[in-house]
Amino acid sequence: MLDALIQGILLGGYYAILAAGLSLMFGVVRFINLAHGDLAILGAYLVLFAVEVLGLSPWVAVAATLPIMALIGWLLQATWFARTVKGGFLLPLLTTFGLGAVLQNGMFGLFGSDTKSLGNHIGNLSWASWQLPFGISVGQLPVITFVVAVTVLGTLQLVLSFTRLGRAIRATASDPEAAELSGIDARAVHRAAAAIAVALAGLAGAFLAMRALINPYAGPAQLIFAFEAVVIGGIGSLWGTLIGGIVLGVAQSLGATVSAQGFQLAGHLVFLAVLGVRLYLAHSRNLGGWRSLLPALKPGRKPAARLQHATSEGRS
Amino acid sequence: MSSGPTTDQPMLEGSGIEKYFGAFRVLKAVDFAVAPGEAVGIVGPNGAGKTTLFGVLAGALPPSAGTVRFAGTDLTGTGAASRCRSGIARTHQVPRPFLGMSVFENTLAAARFGAGLGERAAADCAAEALERTGLMHHANRPAAALGLLDRKRLELARALATRPRVLLLDEIGGGLTEAELNLLVALIGQLKSDGLTIVWIEHILHALVRVIDRLVCMSAGAVIAQGRPEVVMADAEVRRAYLGGGVA
Repeated sequence: MLDALIQGILLGGYYAILAAGLSLMFGVVRFINLAHGDLAILGAYLVLFAVEVLGLSPWVAVAATLPIMALIGWLLQATWFARTVKGGFLLPLLTTFGLGAVLQNGMFGLFGSDTKSLGNHIGNLSWASWQLPFGISVGQLPVITFVVAVTVLGTLQLVLSFTRLGRAIRATASDPEAAELSGIDARAVHRAAAAIAVALAGLAGAFLAMRALINPYAGPAQLIFAFEAVVIGGIGSLWGTLIGGIVLGVAQSLGATVSAQGFQLAGHLVFLAVLGVRLYLAHSRNLGGWRSLLPALKPGRKPAARLQHATSEGRS
Repeated sequence: MSSGPTTDQPMLEGSGIEKYFGAFRVLKAVDFAVAPGEAVGIVGPNGAGKTTLFGVLAGALPPSAGTVRFAGTDLTGTGAASRCRSGIARTHQVPRPFLGMSVFENTLAAARFGAGLGERAAADCAAEALERTGLMHHANRPAAALGLLDRKRLELARALATRPRVLLLDEIGGGLTEAELNLLVALIGQLKSDGLTIVWIEHILHALVRVIDRLVCMSAGAVIAQGRPEVVMADAEVRRAYLGGGVA
């Protein structure tokens, strides 16, 4: 039980890295990237390519892949994403869904359908563990992943709080047009955010490939986990993303102790529960949630009045 | 053009500005110019196109036709951010602070990017803007915690922190008490005597006339009169536009 708890918390580190990019794209660019999981897998294949074909050491390969992924993010935003945002909220979903399909089949064409892993290139790291007191053992790779996650989120937090770019990102996230009126080039900020987001996806993909098998079609499943972590932790909150990742990881890992299928199921159930509570609370703040579908639990409050509040208050 | 300092080259000039929203013609071949150091007021009934004109001048909206020149340079194709950096600042009628940041950071970002200053100089510039607008005691509060009046002050402070040469003010006096309005008028008067060029959209005429050199009246997307305030307000067409619009 305690063992599963610790495994879950460490797994949350991986989800946090994966979800941070998704959250950043949504929070800053107001863009939902459905190809985020596929970009993570692309990052993993680039690392694999650098290791297997170019013969680089795995950690050097990861370091070399990150700028390439950042460049891909920058280019995607500059040439593609920025245009789709002008076409309404549906167009980004459709185009990134399409991008995901292109990436999947592109990777299938280039790298084949065999499952691959970085695990056999990193020595015994993928299964080695440290012994803790009370007979608990923690895997070295999950611990490294978790430490990297906290470091990445911490660095991102420092950048956002104290640097020139960070202020530009926060100003643009708050109000792109007002940011422009303060001399901030919102489109450049969006490109920077996309570069960071895709680089983070690549980093997550590399860690995934180290501890598990990947194939060209593994992206969508990772996207779902990232989404769940973001929603559980709260959209646009960095540390919330880590909490969300940990909650998801713990739920999955506890679920797995019940049954093999419990891994995914428990994660999804916690996600749905959090979503339900969110909507319920949203309702209690007069923002209209699913409780409005239930017959009056609190008599004397008219739905119409609530609706008016909802439109005037907006999101607060 | 009877009063106010004039030189041969306008500070900010829009010529033949047309703006369509779909098929609706919001601005009809508007010519508008303001001389360096001049303060111009813009009045007109709601829907006259005043704010749209600001959007075109500040670069938030591309004009359907016409050119925008700033100190002799054609800026028509440039975006709002680069116009801000070259010296055009604008405030919104409904304040739009960066809610996730402190009051100080709001002005700091403007000084860092809009004025293009280094971190140290930007901090001084941001502090000065807060001092002038009377927001210094709120400097470390989150911008989201400010009430409407202070948000309006922050809107102005942020514009000032970009070190502008032209200040476009959109109904900054609305909703203020008489005392607050007096403070605001004094501040804008001071900015004008510091050499700033000012364009001010405002319904509160008695506040406007204490600062401006020239009044422009717009109606239905066109400039219908301009000149000395008392002359413009006596104009028959202006009176019709206003009485027809039900605005006093």
